[in-house]
Amino acid sequence: MSDTQTREIILQGIGAAPGICVGKAYLVDKEGVNVVRRYAVPEDLLQNEKNRFRTAVKKAREELIKIISESSKEFQEHTNILETHLILLKDKMLYDKIIENIEQDKINAEWALKKVVSNLQSVFKNMSDPYFRERASDIVHVADRIMRNLTGAGTVDIKGITKRVILVAADLSPADTSQIQLENIMGFITDRGGITSHTGIIARTLEIPAVLGLEHSTHVIRNDDIIVVDGSSGEVIVHPSEETLVKFVKRRLKYEAFRAAILKGSHFPAKTIDGVTVSIMGNIELPEEVVSVRDNGGDGIGLYRTEFQYMSRLVFPNESELFDKYRDVIEVMSPKPVTIRTLDINGDKAISDSRHDDEENPALGLRGIRYCLKKPDIFKTQLRAILRAAAFGNVRVMFPMICCFGEILAAKQMFREAAGALEKEGARLNREIEIGIMIEVPSAVVIADLMAEEVDFFSIGTNDLIQYSLAIDRGNKYTSHLYHPLHPAIIRMLKQVSDVAKEKKIKLFMCGEMAGDPFNLPILLALGIDELSMNPQSIPVIKRMIRSLKAADTEMLLKEILKQKTSSDIMELLNNAYGDLVSEVMNGQMAVSSANQRAIQS
Amino acid sequence: MAYSDKDISKDAVIVNELGLHARSAAKIAEIARHAKSNVWIIKGSEKVDAKSIIDMLTLGCTKGSNITIKIDYQPDIEVLDRIVRLVESGFGE
Repeated sequence: MSDTQTREIILQGIGAAPGICVGKAYLVDKEGVNVVRRYAVPEDLLQNEKNRFRTAVKKAREELIKIISESSKEFQEHTNILETHLILLKDKMLYDKIIENIEQDKINAEWALKKVVSNLQSVFKNMSDPYFRERASDIVHVADRIMRNLTGAGTVDIKGITKRVILVAADLSPADTSQIQLENIMGFITDRGGITSHTGIIARTLEIPAVLGLEHSTHVIRNDDIIVVDGSSGEVIVHPSEETLVKFVKRRLKYEAFRAAILKGSHFPAKTIDGVTVSIMGNIELPEEVVSVRDNGGDGIGLYRTEFQYMSRLVFPNESELFDKYRDVIEVMSPKPVTIRTLDINGDKAISDSRHDDEENPALGLRGIRYCLKKPDIFKTQLRAILRAAAFGNVRVMFPMICCFGEILAAKQMFREAAGALEKEGARLNREIEIGIMIEVPSAVVIADLMAEEVDFFSIGTNDLIQYSLAIDRGNKYTSHLYHPLHPAIIRMLKQVSDVAKEKKIKLFMCGEMAGDPFNLPILLALGIDELSMNPQSIPVIKRMIRSLKAADTEMLLKEILKQKTSSDIMELLNNAYGDLVSEVMNGQMAVSSANQRAIQS
Repeated sequence: MAYSDKDISKDAVIVNELGLHARSAAKIAEIARHAKSNVWIIKGSEKVDAKSIIDMLTLGCTKGSNITIKIDYQPDIEVLDRIVRLVESGFGE
């Protein structure tokens, strides 16, 4: 496979994070099995092919032995798994079968490996017992290790990227992205995922251009290919011609100039023409991102996701580790508020420690507050760290995935217990902080009036609220087009929550993707939401947009919107009233989270 | 293969909590490796190779499963006995 293809190829995906970059591709071939090609091996070279396979297994074996010997005793369980992998390497059903396949079908080792593994996978996938069904993944891990040695790719170690590259992958898990040296990444390209996938969120917060949902990019793009990524338009160009390069460099300069222009006014408050001020906050995941919120003129942190410190590690972080990170963020933002969301483990953010908890449908499973209430030790450790860090600035705490009234009481009880214990120990803490909940499950919307009695604020998490209300998996490329923030049901739910917040005189925030899209802004303004929290780079655009709006006008429009029957009717109304303003504010640039605009264009 | 038509087998019940899972299968495979001929694990109508963990896992033996361990070659009887003892002891777990 050494033909050098230099023809320009244009791929269209979903622009998930704006910006343009040109650079060399770096394939994270996690699913190497998928990019393997079949080719025939002549009779006289079969022995050679079999030896190539044996060498790859030998290297895989050495790697595993090295990893096991370097593992500490604490991770005994993990070591046990690796020891099983070691034995699996030489298992007859795998090793002998592959040799047999190479010989009989006269094919390359990679293809034989792929074939044998996928046969085994289908056997396991059909088993009724979940433990045995899951063993397919052990075989895949072992096969991947052999494959990497076969293809000569070595261990694909994202940690080890030392040059500036554009990352190309079938998909990136949160564990993968947490390993990356982000300063070396110019852009992201993945075959799967959409605007609200984990990679999309990470890319936007770090202001790295990203095009996702490309489907076949890992088949088309090879290591070191020169590629252009336009995260605003969703285009990826492989082997760009001279003209194309010039075109995109111009586009990039224009985009950068635009960014610089809107950044200028971003440190002033966002006040409408008729004098209504809205706080514009940033969402962060890594403590380092706090700088981006500050630089973009954020009025605080509306959502500090705390899962990162729990991921891709074998033991849970301890109180002092958590405290250090929280304190860093809080001190940098002080006196502006930092809203810390307690641990919200979900489908794609699995802690390695809880890998035994197999769940068919994690989005509907043990996540958020459910998990925390079930694991009081883990929850209290985090609450203690928050309480202690709260002594260093302006902190609020909020609980995710609340769907029952009792959960609020139980969480608050644990909060009080954690505070009481700290006081007894004579630790420095601040327990007089605001406590709120995420409104992201439909049941919480319905009983918001009851919940309001127990909390200081609501924060609407639109991503999950939309996902749960419309029964749409936002990471699923087959259904992501049905993900409509402007569905009449969603607008009515927002209205209901807003009415409750006003009546019960509690603060209302929003921290989902919906808050960062200027197109939705008139509705959010009309609903009287006190704080909008978004990816840091959306802050300047949203502030600029608010300064061009009149709250009174938007209230009139909302009345009309609430009468509409479909999301496209609502989009049309918004577009007629504010479409020009949105494109002016965004400088004709289709950027940021433009799911709505995309829907209009199509 | 003078003994090949002579069935030599013993029954056993999986008593450990996790069933015939990866670690326990690895222990069986380790013993079976020393056999000169084939060693089989039979459950119902399925027969798998006791030298292959993967093959044993495909049986999906949970706690309480009845299995038969069978050898093809009489001198491997010691291997057979050791496997039966291992299974009955709950794999030493």
